[in-house]
Amino acid sequence: MSVPMDSIYQQIILDHYKNPHHHGLIEEFDAEVHHVNPTCGDEVTLRVRLADGAIADLGWDGDGCSISQASTSVMADLVVGKPVAEAMALQERFLELMQSQGNAELTEGDEDVLEDAVAFEGVSKYPARVKCALLGWMAMKSAVVESDRQEETA
Amino acid sequence: MPFDVEAVRKDFPILAREVHGVPLVYLDSANTSQKPQVVLDTLTDFYANHNANVARAVHTLGSEATNAFEAARGKLAAFVNAPDRNEIVFTKNSSEALNLVAYALSNAATTIGAERFRIGPGDEIVVTEMEHHSNLVPWQLLCQRTGATFRWLRIGDTGPDGGRLVEDEIDTVITERTRVVAFVHQSNALGTINPVSRLVARARAVGALTVVDASQSAPHLPLDVQALGADFVAFTGHKMYGPTGVGVLWGRYDLLAGLPPFLGGGEMIETVDMTGTTFAAPPHRFEAGTPMIAQAVGLGAAVDYLSALGMENVAAHEHALLEYALPRLAEVEGLRIIGPATAVDRGATISFTLAGVHPHDVAQLLDEGGIAVRAGHHCARPVCVRYGIPATTRASFGVYTTTEEIDALVAGVRRVGEVFR
Repeated sequence: MSVPMDSIYQQIILDHYKNPHHHGLIEEFDAEVHHVNPTCGDEVTLRVRLADGAIADLGWDGDGCSISQASTSVMADLVVGKPVAEAMALQERFLELMQSQGNAELTEGDEDVLEDAVAFEGVSKYPARVKCALLGWMAMKSAVVESDRQEETA
Repeated sequence: MPFDVEAVRKDFPILAREVHGVPLVYLDSANTSQKPQVVLDTLTDFYANHNANVARAVHTLGSEATNAFEAARGKLAAFVNAPDRNEIVFTKNSSEALNLVAYALSNAATTIGAERFRIGPGDEIVVTEMEHHSNLVPWQLLCQRTGATFRWLRIGDTGPDGGRLVEDEIDTVITERTRVVAFVHQSNALGTINPVSRLVARARAVGALTVVDASQSAPHLPLDVQALGADFVAFTGHKMYGPTGVGVLWGRYDLLAGLPPFLGGGEMIETVDMTGTTFAAPPHRFEAGTPMIAQAVGLGAAVDYLSALGMENVAAHEHALLEYALPRLAEVEGLRIIGPATAVDRGATISFTLAGVHPHDVAQLLDEGGIAVRAGHHCARPVCVRYGIPATTRASFGVYTTTEEIDALVAGVRRVGEVFR
């Protein structure tokens, strides 16, 4: 069973929902955050470990709609192993894409850096679902900021 | 005259549109109903030909607008079989109507002559676990303001009798301490039609006021406030094929006449001095400021439309749809109906969950097939908590709903299950 070409439920999204990546909480971590999306009742708990200015590892657990869970999975694939600055730039670009109300003009460069995350472009047309797609990304950003703060006070 | 759903559909212009390249299947009437052409024409005619403020302008347009507005009040009174047209208070929606009662009751605390309405510590307010937030939060707030205790009747377990109030608890929860019993006539989340006469009889026996939220019953059943026996009944226009921005509070005249106002302002006064103000008689006491004139007139046209169809016919049509839909939905793999499983004492609003698929994904994928349903907690979050689920998908029917649309829903839900399996 397939979905229409213009469906927001691209196969990539369904695949990540059914088999999420980096799923499960890691034992060694610098910060843990818990984010919720009251519209759908989506929840995500996310842990990160930083090393040498990069996201050394990230693990998450969650419950909610396919958009929120798949987006968190895609995000985890993209940022693990990346320098923090690069992960934050990706987060910024994904946020812009989600706030485009369906008018984003994706460049080849975007597809190169956002990879599977471009599949969420269709979600930007549905204001009620944008928060679902952003949930994991916002959690990652908070966790990184939290890790930095702990490092400063350590 | 038999109910001709195809003729009814032609009265609703929006039903001719397409969504995502396929015909719209609108199954979200419990959220808001679509509007027949006659309501749209009435709004346009009012603004194009009769627009003026009511009850103050002495010119011709002012008289026409006032007459149209007051004629709408008369139509609403007849529609719910109110003994007196002055028992119809126009509000902006059901929420405002219910808040009006709750705030008027707490305003009684400082109003000379309204002592019989005073509520305080030791008194109890009773609602049900299946209330829409609009008939729950105002009473929680009233309890906070007055020190009264907030209590509720629970929803029964799932199974054949599931999704209904635990009737055995009515006599233990509603007691001599109860001052107000506020309950929904037909649940927006479960479809359940509550035992009004039983609840009203118990409330009366203990001397409590009864407030019925009829938002989901007024569009679908013959509504007779005298037969219900309650003290206050609230409903909203936009769910009964009328415009948004207008609702109704019906109240017994002697009660309305004894209650202090909720909102102060223009048109609700008798005389105003810098040292004090006296208030107009009901209904105007409760209609401060310029009201929703065009919308009330539009709602008048909507009830004319419903009366011409005949509310008995409307109820029979929707009951047949419900009997058609319930077993067909129940057959879908992984689908669980949240609410009464049979069509007995039940309206044509069906909430369900689909195993392994979040309700928002169900609704979003159905929309891609042109099918509009609602997903969420339906502003009745305690119902979801009771069932241990985050949300449901809800299909709700109206005068224009067909069995073909229910077939499309069933096929659509099956497709959703396949996509996520």
